Amino acid sequence: MSAPELTKILPPDTELSRPFWEGCRNQQLLMQQCKDCDRFQFYPRIVCSHCEGEQLSWQPVSGQGSVASFTIVRRGISKAYEAPYIVALVDLKEGPRMMTTVVGCDPESVAVGDTVEVQFEPWGSDLVLPVFSKR
Amino acid sequence: MANPGKELRGKVAIVGVADTEVGVLTGRSPMDLGVEAALKAIKDAGLKKSDIDGLITCNSMAQPLMYHAEATAEYLQIFPRYCMAVGAGGGTTFTAIHHAASAIATGMADIIVIAMADCMRSGLSREQALQVQASTGHPEFEQPYGPTVPAYYALIAQAHMAEFGTTQEQLAGIAVSTRQHAANNPTAQMRDLITVDDVMSSRMIADPLHLLDCSLVSDGGSAIVMCSAERAADLPHDPIYIMGAGEGHNHEHISAARSLTTSAAKEAGERAYAMAGLQSSDMDFAQLYDCFTPTVLVELEDLGFCTKGEGGAFVDSGALAPGGSLPVNTHGGLLSHSHAGNPGSMFALTESVWQLRHTAGERQVPKARHGLVHAQGGIMSSHTTLVLSREAS
Repeated sequence: MSAPELTKILPPDTELSRPFWEGCRNQQLLMQQCKDCDRFQFYPRIVCSHCEGEQLSWQPVSGQGSVASFTIVRRGISKAYEAPYIVALVDLKEGPRMMTTVVGCDPESVAVGDTVEVQFEPWGSDLVLPVFSKR
Repeated sequence: MANPGKELRGKVAIVGVADTEVGVLTGRSPMDLGVEAALKAIKDAGLKKSDIDGLITCNSMAQPLMYHAEATAEYLQIFPRYCMAVGAGGGTTFTAIHHAASAIATGMADIIVIAMADCMRSGLSREQALQVQASTGHPEFEQPYGPTVPAYYALIAQAHMAEFGTTQEQLAGIAVSTRQHAANNPTAQMRDLITVDDVMSSRMIADPLHLLDCSLVSDGGSAIVMCSAERAADLPHDPIYIMGAGEGHNHEHISAARSLTTSAAKEAGERAYAMAGLQSSDMDFAQLYDCFTPTVLVELEDLGFCTKGEGGAFVDSGALAPGGSLPVNTHGGLLSHSHAGNPGSMFALTESVWQLRHTAGERQVPKARHGLVHAQGGIMSSHTTLVLSREAS
């Protein structure tokens, strides 16, 4: 197998979301919050998708959430992803939903509605990704 | 509801249809297949290629071209006044039908061919195949976690199971009834009957989806010819009228979906029914986009064939099978007939025309008058519903 396949997929670097990834390196989950309506949003955008407010700031969130849905991937997307692994949608306490994975448990033990907590995992180069574990 | 588009109701008909062979077509290029389908459909319509003044194609993954429709016109040596390639996904390409109908109704073209083909099975390089997997999903906030295409749809299935108690066996039932239809279709890629146990014992791909919950990977092409209802009256086959068309768009990335278990098929269906002046109970069959079994489940509910959460019980009732109260995917769908990628939903359209012409042979739905065709693209993201009828009033 050629070398690139052993690399996990890395998010492209964008100026807009650089604070998010910087936060992950500092073990902090940051979300954009709108100064006008107080709502958090994810993924990052240039305006608040709720009220079109342009005053957005990066704020730490609790990192607590619940599993909205999940699947156990039995055939990985590439050699760099060792199956079985979880792909999950997690609803954060603060509102936003994010795609992620659940680690540190038997994949078979995950269920919709499980409460989970963020942790941070090195993802190749100097990147750190938010992942979740069951509480 | 806003203007449901009734100006277009019954004004345009499908007058010619054709599919190529499907399955593993080694050595055939998507362009060859698209052209073959187009020429066959033009012949079926009783027309000549010089009659065609509009052409819509979709790009192919195995043979991507910057100017796909223009290249197809050149290959055919036709010189249209209306020409474009559409879409990027199996369901979104099919939206072209109502754009074409509008162009005919407004005089921007008289006779339009829609021809689509791809070689997902034998035409993709390793890199292209990987790119297909990676082309779905948010590059920054979804793809790094390694979701596969089945995994995205598994998220929908799992949420439906958790919310409504739907079972894996009920999902499997969709694959089983679809195969029963395919068994009656000599052109289908997979025709051997399967059981719920076969589905359940096939390899798990992404829980709860087994291998047999997933559609095929195929080569193939399909085309239709459309013109005004007036012009259609002089042509050899019974015209099949476009009575209703509706779109619904909810999200692109599954992590941004408003709901995992209710899709924009609901809005698409409501818009199509309103335009047609018909309802779900008027449909003699439905062709529902079935890239994976849970899409059918959600579409049955969102299009009003059963209530939300009752999709599993509706499958259990036997409604979807040949002879059932709502035969679904009478050609065998993407699960058993073929899934050639972007052209995927075109085969559901040609099948619907044959059903409504009453020329579907062994798989004919008796006295079919009205049929619904639904396609979705993305991850239950973008939806189009068509209501077709053999009667214009």
